[in-house]
Amino acid sequence: MTTTAQSVIIPTTPPDPNDGKRRKRPKVGGIHRGGRDAWLLVLPALIPVVLFSVYPLAQGILLGFTDAKAGLNQTVTFNGLDNYAQLLSNELFWNSFRIGLIWAFGVTILQFFCALGLALLLNLDLKLRWLARTLALVPWAMPPVIIAIMWRLMLNPTYGPINGFLRSIGLPGDINWLGDFSTALPAVIVVGVWAGMPQTTITLLAGLQNVSAELHEAAAIDGASTFRRFWHITLPSLRPVIVAITTLDLIWNFNSFALVYVLTAGGPGGQTMLPMLFAYNEAFRYGNFGYAAAMGNVMVIIIAAFLFFYLRSQARSRLS
Amino acid sequence: MTTATLAGTRSRRITRPLQYVALAAYIIFLGFPLLFLLITAFKTPQELQSPNPAFLPQQFNFDNFAAAIEKANLWQAAGNSLFVAVLTTLIVTVISLPAAYALARFRTKLRGVATGWILLSQVFPFILIIIPLFLVLKQIGLINNLFGLVLVYTVWSLPFALWMLQGYVAGVPAELEEAGAMDGASRFRVLRSIVLPLLAPGLVATSLFTFISSWNEFFFALVLIQDPKLQTLPLTLARFVGAEGQVQLGQLAAASLLATIPSLIFFALIQRRLTSGLMSGAVKG
Repeated sequence: MTTTAQSVIIPTTPPDPNDGKRRKRPKVGGIHRGGRDAWLLVLPALIPVVLFSVYPLAQGILLGFTDAKAGLNQTVTFNGLDNYAQLLSNELFWNSFRIGLIWAFGVTILQFFCALGLALLLNLDLKLRWLARTLALVPWAMPPVIIAIMWRLMLNPTYGPINGFLRSIGLPGDINWLGDFSTALPAVIVVGVWAGMPQTTITLLAGLQNVSAELHEAAAIDGASTFRRFWHITLPSLRPVIVAITTLDLIWNFNSFALVYVLTAGGPGGQTMLPMLFAYNEAFRYGNFGYAAAMGNVMVIIIAAFLFFYLRSQARSRLS
Repeated sequence: MTTATLAGTRSRRITRPLQYVALAAYIIFLGFPLLFLLITAFKTPQELQSPNPAFLPQQFNFDNFAAAIEKANLWQAAGNSLFVAVLTTLIVTVISLPAAYALARFRTKLRGVATGWILLSQVFPFILIIIPLFLVLKQIGLINNLFGLVLVYTVWSLPFALWMLQGYVAGVPAELEEAGAMDGASRFRVLRSIVLPLLAPGLVATSLFTFISSWNEFFFALVLIQDPKLQTLPLTLARFVGAEGQVQLGQLAAASLLATIPSLIFFALIQRRLTSGLMSGAVKG
C-alpha cells in the first residue's frame, strides 16, 4: 500500500469477522446467502483493481521477458531470459543487490533491537513515558520525503548538529556523512531506523501487553531474576509477533525508495543504490522498461524467499 | 515472598536510573531531529551560515515561511496534494464501503481472494507495477494528470482501507440488522439507518488514513507527474532539495514543516484507533 513501508500499518492477520461467534452466519431476511449479492457489492472496488492493479501486475511480469523500451511506437519482442543473463553479468546489479540486503537487514535488525528496548521501557510505569510514546509515533505520520529532508539538515557537514556536537567535544566535526563512501550507507541506515521505529515499537508493545502477568509474578516469587524472566517468559511469548514484524520490516525495507532517493539518490558512487533506485533509474532515466521489469521480477523472487521462511516458521510454531 | 521483594527493590534501585537514562536517550533520538527542523525554520540565513551557530534562533522570525510559500509554489503544490488526497479519499470510501460490508458479512470465496490480495499488496515491489501502469496511463492520456494520480492512489490504498473497514463492519452486531429486518425495514434502510451510523467512527478513521497516505506519497507522483504546475507537495519539496545549492535551508525547513502539519493533525485524530487496530492484529498474528 505504500512505496515506503514505514508509513503504513499492516494486517498480520486480517480480523475474522465471525470472531468469537460460533453460531452459523447471520441471516438477515435471507440476504446474507452470499453469491451474487456479494459480487455486486464488491464490483465497484473490483473493476479499478483489476484494470489498474492486477492487469498491470501481470503485464509487468511479462515485460520482464521482453526488450521493451520507453516510448510507445515500437515493437516489443520476447527475449526469454536475456534480461536476466544481462542482470547477472551486470556489476551494478550485484552492487544494488548487495546494498539492498545490507540496508534491509541492517535497518530491520537495528530497528528491532531499538524498538524492543523502547517497547520494554514504554511498558514500564515511568515518568515521561507519554512523551516518548508520542515521539515514537510521529515518524509514522510524516511524509518520507520530509523525514529525508530533515535528516539531510541533521547530517549536513557544515551546519548539521551532529558534526556540531562532534566539534564541541573536540572531535573532528567535518564528516560529510551522506557524501562520503564509508559513511553514506551507515548514515542512511540510521535514518531508516528512525523512520521505521513506530510500527515495530507499537507492534512489540502490543505483544508485550499480552504476555501473562501471572506467569511473571509466579516466576518472581520463585526468585527468577528480571533477565531470566525476560528470557524464559517474555521472549518466547513474543515470538510470533517478532517473527511477523521482522519479516514484514525486511520486505518493506527491501522495497523502500523515497527515503534514500531524497537522501542520496543512490550516491555517492552507488554506495546507497537500493534495488528500487536501481530499477527506477533503469526504467525512467534510461528507458529500459523490460530490463527494469526483469529487476522487479528478481525482487519478487527474493521477497517470496523471505515470505517462505516466514510462513515456514509460522507453521512450525503452530505445530509446537 | 519477602526475599523476592527484597531482591526486587535492590535491583530496582540500580535499574530505575538506568531505565530513565535509556528513556532520555530515546527521547533525544526521536525528538531531536524534529526540534532541529523547527529551530532551523525560524533561523535567518545569516544565523545558519555562521561558523559557530547558536542552537536557538536569536529571534523567531517568520520570513522563511513567507518566502518558502512564495518561492516554492507551495500553495499550488498544496492545492494539488489536497485535490488528489481528497478525491482519492472520497472514491476509496465510496467503493470500499459496500465491498467491506460484503467481505465481512458474506461467506464466499471472495474473502479468501481479497485477504490474499490485501497481504500481497503490502509486500509487492512497486517498480513492477509502475512500468505497465505508466504505459496504460499514457495510452489513455493520464500521464501528467492529477486524475491519473487519483486513479493510482485509489487502487493503491484500497486494500488497506478495505481491511480496516471490514474489521469495523464485523464489529457491528449482525443481530441489529436482523432486528431491523424483522421490523419490516428494507435492507437498504437497515444499512443506512442502523449499520452506517455505527460505522461512522471506523469510516472516519479509514478515510483519514487514506488521506494521509495519499498526501505523503512520493514514488508514483515522481513517475507520473512531470509538469511543475501539477506537482504534489512531496515532489515539490524533493525538487527543492535537489537544488540545495541555491536554496535557503531555513526556507526548506519551513516548507517541510508546513507540508507535515495536515498529516500530523489527521494522524493525531486517528492515532488511538490505528494503534489499537495494530494491537489486535499483532495479538492474533
